[in-house]
Formats: sequence, structure tokens, C-alpha cells
Amino acid sequence: MKTATDLLLTAYAWFCAIAVFLATSLLLGFLLKRGMGVIHPRLFFGDTPWFPALLGTKPVFEGIWPALVGTLALVLVSSVMAIPLGIASGIYLSEYASARVRSMLGFAVDVLSGTPSIVMGLFGFTMILFLRKTALPQARPSLFLAAGCITLLILPYVIRTTQTALEAIPEHIRLLGPSLGLTHWHHVRHVLLPSASRGILSGAILAIGRASEDTAVIMLTGVVARAGLPASLWDKFEALPFRIYTLAAEHRSVQELDQGFGMALVLLLMTGSLFAVASFLQRSLEKRWKTT
Amino acid sequence: MQEHARTRIPANHVQPVRERWIRRSLLIATGISAGAILFIFVLLVYFCLPLVNSGGMSSVLSWQWKPFGGEFGILPMCAGSLFLSVFALGLAFPAAIGICGFATVLAPRSVARSTLVMVHFMTSIPTVIYGFASVFLLVPLVRDWFSTGTGFSFLTAGLSLSLLILPTIVLVFHARLQQIDPALRLAAEAMGLTPVRQFLHVLVPAASKGLVVAAILGFGRAIGDTLISLMLAGNAPRIPDSLFDSIRTLTAHIALVLATDSQSMSYRSVFASGLILFLLMGAVNFLIRRLDRGPGENRYENGH
Repeated sequence: MKTATDLLLTAYAWFCAIAVFLATSLLLGFLLKRGMGVIHPRLFFGDTPWFPALLGTKPVFEGIWPALVGTLALVLVSSVMAIPLGIASGIYLSEYASARVRSMLGFAVDVLSGTPSIVMGLFGFTMILFLRKTALPQARPSLFLAAGCITLLILPYVIRTTQTALEAIPEHIRLLGPSLGLTHWHHVRHVLLPSASRGILSGAILAIGRASEDTAVIMLTGVVARAGLPASLWDKFEALPFRIYTLAAEHRSVQELDQGFGMALVLLLMTGSLFAVASFLQRSLEKRWKTT
Repeated sequence: MQEHARTRIPANHVQPVRERWIRRSLLIATGISAGAILFIFVLLVYFCLPLVNSGGMSSVLSWQWKPFGGEFGILPMCAGSLFLSVFALGLAFPAAIGICGFATVLAPRSVARSTLVMVHFMTSIPTVIYGFASVFLLVPLVRDWFSTGTGFSFLTAGLSLSLLILPTIVLVFHARLQQIDPALRLAAEAMGLTPVRQFLHVLVPAASKGLVVAAILGFGRAIGDTLISLMLAGNAPRIPDSLFDSIRTLTAHIALVLATDSQSMSYRSVFASGLILFLLMGAVNFLIRRLDRGPGENRYENGH
């Protein structure tokens, strides 16, 4: 029997879903409309010919190329640190740790994942102050410092997804290793890890997405508005999200603003495609365990 | 958080050296990951210590922020963070429950699925893009509709922030709803409850703890966010009188001071802000842990 409450709440639920859908599509539509026209080699390289710009032999002044390279370098360095460390920790927590240790270290990982990114940035900043006072008087914010702080930010994602992927492996597969007389590590390496590989991979990809979008960490640890291509790990650098942030506050011309929209769209395409790959992997994993 | 029954390999009597080394290096990796949080905490405390020793604590814990007048109070920023997060949660939480109900019982299967995909996708949109789009979309709207102020206000930031934390709440609560034993839902169906009543009287009470956890996580996400308030809230360090006033949050305060000021007292107020945020998020996590451990957990959940 349907009453007024039913009707009212049904309408409310539909309203919520439609409102959020509209808000999101408004946001995306707005970005697409303003950003689509700007996506052009000029957006990336400005007036510099594209080939020397790609090689880094000629500097790019107008385009977003240095920011894009900065973001990619940041992502690369932080993934190289975070992904192996995270997977190893995930394996330990899921397969080696006792329940007590798992719960204690798990709590530490939870707190790490809850730490706001600005606090992570502040950590990097204090790190520099600390190093200056003690061992390294010439320490200054740099690409490497930013990557280190981003590593801490994305580490919990990798750990948790690795752990979840391993724990989701059904019991009958877990019996395979012991029944063959494999050692613990061989069991993990040749039975469990291959079974969980897609889940682990999707976690790594999500972490990469998170690394490429974060702004608060890098703004305290070495990103600047204008730096050109990063010369080394110890140099200041540009990054897409930070450029977008500064352009929102202080664009001097319509062209600069258009560039901002173009960058926003490029960043969105980047994180969006990473997300699509990760969710495809996750879905295929779920299907796999359901059918077996 | 759930413990799985799992087969453990019986302790090997002849444990090869290799096995031991692998185990040890995995433990070291885990130790580094878990130790990082301790390191962050210690470093923050270390930089806050001068504040306690020199008696600057009372100066920082006051209601006035006038760096050139020698006043470095961060309480307005604490209040700003708190108000803004509560406001965003107040908007996002009911909407998230609505969407969960929509996706769980009301919508046709394919619509429900695509709604969840959309919510999932929302988590992948960079925060800076929410902020950027809002600066050019929402700020002019607020300015023109209410014709007060610049549009960079509590309201603008609150609206954007609620959109930002909505996916977190929806996904966490929806995951909890999925864990409910299907038999419960079937029983409710068999008793002839309408979908709305199934959701309201059976599913939500069965996942009530998930409701609290989702709200707390959403709140934590709102407190911890920097970019939205930094870009949209106007950043005036005072207690807001109305929705259209400009405010400054703790997170934005850290970013602003480190970008502009260079006085040592300003710096110290930043370390204090960082420590407050850190402790707050620690408390949030502790609370969630306690909730998940509490008695009566998993009453209606699908046993493994």
C-alpha cells in the first residue's frame, strides 16, 4: 500500500539523484564548452615548434608543456617509491602479520590515509626547516621533496587495495599452495599475487590519479608558477593542478583564462582515463571471482 | 575491517634463509609505511614546542588574527573549518542517503548502476577542478542572485564542498548496505513492505553504524580539504555573520601563511594549525575504529 510518505520519499530520492547528476554534468559541460576550443598544439607548446619543445632543447614560454612534464615527473617519482613499498606492506599485512600486528599497523595506515594533504605538505615544509637547522643548510623545496610527500599521500591507497585484493581471494585458491607443498613465499609469489594482480594494479592506477591531481601538498613543497622544465630532482617545478589554481586567482588576460580551462580539461582527461582503466580492472576482477 | 577465516600455512620447520629474508624485508616496508605517520606527528610536535615553551600558546589560541598587530589567533580559522564542514555535511548527508535509497531500492537496475558509476567517477574529478569550475560558475551566480559581496563566501565554498564530499558518503554507506544479508531484504519484501519502507525501516536500521561511519568520513574529508575553501571562501580571518561572509579555514590558513608571511610567529600558528588538523583526523579515525569494533557489529551482515 502506497502512502503519502512513500510518494514523498520516492520523489525526494529521485530529486537527489537527478540534482547531483545535473550538478556534475553542468560542471563537466561547462569545462568542455570552455576548454574544447583551446585544446590545440598551441595550448601545449605556445609559439615554440613542437619537436624541439618535446626534446626540451627550446624552452616553452606560453604553453602548458612544462607544467605537464612537471606533473608527469612528480607522478613517476612518487609511484616508483609508493607502489613497491605499498604492495610490500599490503602483502605483509594480509599474508604475514598476526591479527594483533595487522590491527595495529592497519590503524597507522588508516591515520596516514586520513591525514589531510595540506598537513602532508606542511610535513614536507617542516622537513626542509629541520634539515636546514641540522644536516643540510642548503636544503630547499624541490621536485624530490614534493614527490616524497605525495608518496606518503598515496601509499595508503596502494596498501589498502593490495590488502583487499589479497583478502578477497577465495579459500579454494588459498589451499593450492599448501597442497603443493610450496613455501610461504612461493605460495604468495606464484599463487596469491597472480590472482590478485588486477586488484593491485587498479589500486596502483588510482594512486597515480591521486598523485597527479593533488595540489595542497605540492604548493608547500616546491611547486612554482613559472619554472620551465624541471632540470633535476632538486629543482623547483611546475605542475598542472597548481597552474590551474593560480590561474583561477590571477589571470591577466582572456588568453590566460582560456589556457586555464584547457589545462583543467587536460587534467580531467588524465585522471578520468586513469579512473576508467582502474574501474575496468576492478570490475573484471569481481566477475572473475563470481564465476569461479 | 572484516576478518576473514583463512588457511594459514603451518609453520615450516626448515625455514630457508630466503624465506626469512623476504619476511624481514616485507616487515621493514610495512614498518616504513606505518612509521611515516609517527614521524609526521613527531616533527609537527617538535615545531610546536617553542610555542608552548615561550608562552605563545595563549596568543595562538585567541580570536584575533592581526599579524601586523602582533596577534596570531587561529580560533577564527578553527571555527571557520568547523562551520563550513558542518554546513557541507548538512547538505551532502541527506542527499547521499537519498541517492543510496535511490540506488538500492527505487531505481531500475540499469539506472541504479549508472548512478553509482557516476558517483564513482565524481571521486576521480580533481579537487582543483571543482574549485576552478566553481570560481567561474558558482561565484558569479551567488554574487548576482543574492547581490551581496563578491560571491567568494561561506555559501559558495559550502555548496562546492558538499558536492566534493557527497561521493565519499554515498560510497561508504552504499558499501555497508550491500553487506546486509539478502535474506533480510527478502523477508521485508515478503511482508509486503513498499521499497521506501524496506529502505527506511529495515535496511537503514540494519546498517545504522555505516550511516555514522559515512557521516564521520564525509566530515573528515570536508575538514581536510584545502583547495575548495582556499579558492572560494574569500579567506577573511574572522567569524562569519552570515552565509555571504568570507571565511578562512585552518587548511587554507596554512597554505596562505606559508605562501605569503615570513614572521616566525605566523609560522608557529601554522604548525599549531597543522597539529590541530592532524589530531582531529586521528580522532576521526579512532572513532571509526571504535564504532566498527563495538558490540553488535555484523549482526545483519552476510557471514563469511
